[in-house]
Amino acid sequence: MKIAVTSDGETPDSAVDRRFGRAAVFQLFDTETGEYTVHPNTQNLNAAQGAGIQAAQTVVGLGAEVVITGHCGPKAFRVLQASEVGIVLNAEGSVKELVEKFQAGELTFAESADVEGHWV
Amino acid sequence: MRIAIASGKGGTGKTTVAVSLALSVATREKVSLLDCDVEEPNAALFLHEQIGSADKHGFNPNADTAQVFVKVPKVDNDKCTKCGRCSSVCEFNAIALTKTGPMIFPELCHSCGGCALFCPTQAITEADRAVGKIHRFVHENLTFIEGLLNVGEAMSTPVICKVKKMVATDGLVIVDCPPGTACPMVAAVRDVDFAILVTEPTPFGLHDLTLAVETVRELSVPFGVIVNRADDAELCVREYCQKEKIPLLLEIPDSRAVAEGYSRGVPILASMPELAGAYEKMLVQIGVLAQAACCGGNQ
Repeated sequence: MKIAVTSDGETPDSAVDRRFGRAAVFQLFDTETGEYTVHPNTQNLNAAQGAGIQAAQTVVGLGAEVVITGHCGPKAFRVLQASEVGIVLNAEGSVKELVEKFQAGELTFAESADVEGHWV
Repeated sequence: MRIAIASGKGGTGKTTVAVSLALSVATREKVSLLDCDVEEPNAALFLHEQIGSADKHGFNPNADTAQVFVKVPKVDNDKCTKCGRCSSVCEFNAIALTKTGPMIFPELCHSCGGCALFCPTQAITEADRAVGKIHRFVHENLTFIEGLLNVGEAMSTPVICKVKKMVATDGLVIVDCPPGTACPMVAAVRDVDFAILVTEPTPFGLHDLTLAVETVRELSVPFGVIVNRADDAELCVREYCQKEKIPLLLEIPDSRAVAEGYSRGVPILASMPELAGAYEKMLVQIGVLAQAACCGGNQ
């Protein structure tokens, strides 16, 4: 299984990025290999609109089954849900800590978006 | 001749000028007034004598009404191969590819048609989506056309462009523009022969005026300035116009009588009848300025 965590850095010790659509990078943890890969989100950082939607599509495209982040709006939430990706919100701490907590069953999936949609 | 009434700052008197200018011209000849501030059109509030009483939606039920539609993609899931081409060509992030197929966010769509054009299996067709309404009312020499964006819509430019397309070509056309200098203002100002920038003589008014000036210069539209609520103690706009060699078309003095009339929906002309003559002179000046810009552009 692959777990995507939004992050402001490129190492497992980097902190989670509280933003989803405009997160600095996505770190992807593969539970089978135990390895982290880093996927930049540069394109969406500069998007005029729909950053959340595209970020969700990126995460789906990476094959993630779980997303761990801070906040997520309604459009991104719909895209992730349609692709059966579990979403953990309000995450705090480092990427590594969060992956470990998730694997220990300490994190629960959100049932809805936690912030309003917004325009530019 | 098409004249846009614009401003950077909101609440400087665009509608006040647009309505009173239209009414003063209508006493002599045909004129069209377009309310392109489609997010909150309010010129009708000052035209109840001409267009009759409003219904609960704020407009005379006898007016011609038309819907404004934009094109949005519609996916035929039987033909879709989930290749994701539609999503990758969408410049506006309005399509996401999910496990179940493309998911469309119509409110983000700019109706460019790229997704339908590039779909390799022709699974995407374009369907109409209503985003606003147009009201049109004719009273003697005055044709009044108002655009109204539907509640919850984010993009007003399709409605503004439709209002501008509905106008007859004969006679003077006055376009009451939305405030600011973003896409809606540009859509309203683009393609006119002259722009009047209405400002108030305050540092805030001046700041936003400079933004509006930069915008109309970029659009190559000749323009001049009207100072509303002019006050001899506040000269910053006058000095700016002199420095930038911008024609100061008119100064409408600050007047309590005008404000009292406004609060009752009385057009400024009733409270300040001398404006009619000032407008007539101003239109002559605008004609000369527009002509000069036109000839200059051809050289």
